[in-house]
Amino acid sequence: MPDPFTTALAAALQSGALPPGVTARDPAEAPRRFAVYRNNVAHGLSRALATRFPVIERLLGAEFFAALAPLFIAAHPPASPRLFEWGGAFPDFLRTFPPLAGLPYLADVARLELARGVAYHAADLAPLSPAALAALAVAPDTARLALHPSVQVIASDHAVGTIWAANQPGSPPRDITDRPEVVAVLRDRGLSVQVWPLTPPEAAFVTALRDSLPLLAAAQAATCHAPHFDPAPLIGRLMQAGAFIAPSKETP
Amino acid sequence: MTMMTRTLTLTASLATAMTLAAAQAHAEDAMEKCYGVAMAGQNDCAAGPGTTCAGTAAMDYQGNAWKLVPAGTCATISTPHGMGSLEPIKDM
Amino acid sequence: MTQLPNAPGIGFKPEHFDALRASRPDLGFLEIHAENYMGAGGVPHAQLTALRADYALSLHGVGLSIGAPGRLDADHLARLRALIDRYRPESFSEHLAWASHGEAYLNDLLPLPYTPQTLAIVCDHIDEVQQMLGCQMLLENPATYVLFEQSTLPETTFLAEVVQHTGCGLLLDVNNMFVSASNHRFDPRAYLDDFPMQAVGEIHLAGHATEDLPSGPLLIDAHGSPVAEPVWALYAEVIARTGPRPSLIEWDNDVPALPVLLAEAARAGAVLAQAGAMADA
Repeated sequence: MPDPFTTALAAALQSGALPPGVTARDPAEAPRRFAVYRNNVAHGLSRALATRFPVIERLLGAEFFAALAPLFIAAHPPASPRLFEWGGAFPDFLRTFPPLAGLPYLADVARLELARGVAYHAADLAPLSPAALAALAVAPDTARLALHPSVQVIASDHAVGTIWAANQPGSPPRDITDRPEVVAVLRDRGLSVQVWPLTPPEAAFVTALRDSLPLLAAAQAATCHAPHFDPAPLIGRLMQAGAFIAPSKETP
Repeated sequence: MTMMTRTLTLTASLATAMTLAAAQAHAEDAMEKCYGVAMAGQNDCAAGPGTTCAGTAAMDYQGNAWKLVPAGTCATISTPHGMGSLEPIKDM
Repeated sequence: MTQLPNAPGIGFKPEHFDALRASRPDLGFLEIHAENYMGAGGVPHAQLTALRADYALSLHGVGLSIGAPGRLDADHLARLRALIDRYRPESFSEHLAWASHGEAYLNDLLPLPYTPQTLAIVCDHIDEVQQMLGCQMLLENPATYVLFEQSTLPETTFLAEVVQHTGCGLLLDVNNMFVSASNHRFDPRAYLDDFPMQAVGEIHLAGHATEDLPSGPLLIDAHGSPVAEPVWALYAEVIARTGPRPSLIEWDNDVPALPVLLAEAARAGAVLAQAGAMADA
């Protein structure tokens, strides 16, 4: 249960009023000295949010982001000291924030950035060995390939991958035409977080594997989009990246 | 192609794909262990900007009904509705 | 107490990983902020595992909120325990401060009044931490910007009481002490006279920022610049009293290239070496 003391201080950190009992050697300066804490909280959380969503900050500009962040922080403060887990509500916040209604791609770019954070911190699970993959090749109709927990699919009505890539540090701004895109976010064997553009059949294939469908069913899902879909290049890339993991237990 | 033929073709191509991928992965086994690109840690114990901080000025922007417009790189992205709303929103 | 060597260390920043691995500088230890390593896997753990093989490790928490009334976050304690079990750090430390309110984490080291009531709360929390983590912890003195009318105990008395009741050690942050002394106009040497020096298991050194207010300078614990000269002077006096102690250079904002940190660490090392030589003489 929050107690009166921290409740009063936490409220004052929001409002800027001086909480009861707070003073300074020169009491007239107590408000300015207390403001250091207020600014630490606001600035610290704002920078933590920007660290998690660097492309959103770049898209909006630092000034707009700094003005937006306190509104998000007030509505959705971090629930734990693990700041890298904070921000799950940011995409929806951006989607429903009226001044940003004309920039509809922001929410999906934020989802991509969230997914990158998830991939970065995902558990270390041993990749499927080449021998195990070769063994599964004997019966691809029943085989299941489990995906590493870092592998996520972000489907968007917007050019989410192109926008993200064009706003990496050092990339000069360039004109982008918005159109639907799907990307896979995953962490490779070298622990680098990757963003891969996916074609519609590739997206269907990875999504089906993410949903734990058998390999053949995943390939069938892909052929709905492209009858002559060749799974070889994508399976090769996923295997190379370490995106398939050894199954935790045998499927009966 | 019948459904059956299609399934058989797909099964065959999956078998080929997996065998290929397994062989390729053998070649990749020697891949050097590396430590990826680190993202900055978000937790530290340093204090911030003292008594002056733009972060706490949000109330002013609020009072201004968000006359601030995004000034980042979003202006380079054209949507089906135009270049995005870069007009200030007057009433919120 | 702490198993850290009586040598200088630095706060580890991921941008220094390659340089540390390549040059393997002679450092007593590395310190990390525990919360940044509470993910399941990936780069943070790969880097820490690699560095752990070369260096002693100090685990420094920033989010436990020891100074607030109410229960400690059991999940957070469990995550700290998991880190300690995994990496076996030579030391664990946290702050005399609070950082969470209700369900919200405020991400700052917030101050508390020093009273018999807050003393009892802090002691209970430290008892719980040491029991849960199975080791002695070090408690760090804060840098503060305000005072509380409710306070009835000097900070040094408060810390001495905590040590006596819980058996914890102390992390003496010399910059924090200097910042607080300047902000509240007390004599840092008198503070050191009253400080329970026998309990000091580690020392922190960092840079601070200064702002001018009408009544005089306001110092801020910004960790974004070299250690200030008056702090170096106080550090030498502390070491003269305690003998050599593990001494950390903290630099969290505007992080410079590794050699800058190593030069600061070397300066601390020279103070430690001198104190060691005097003790041997």
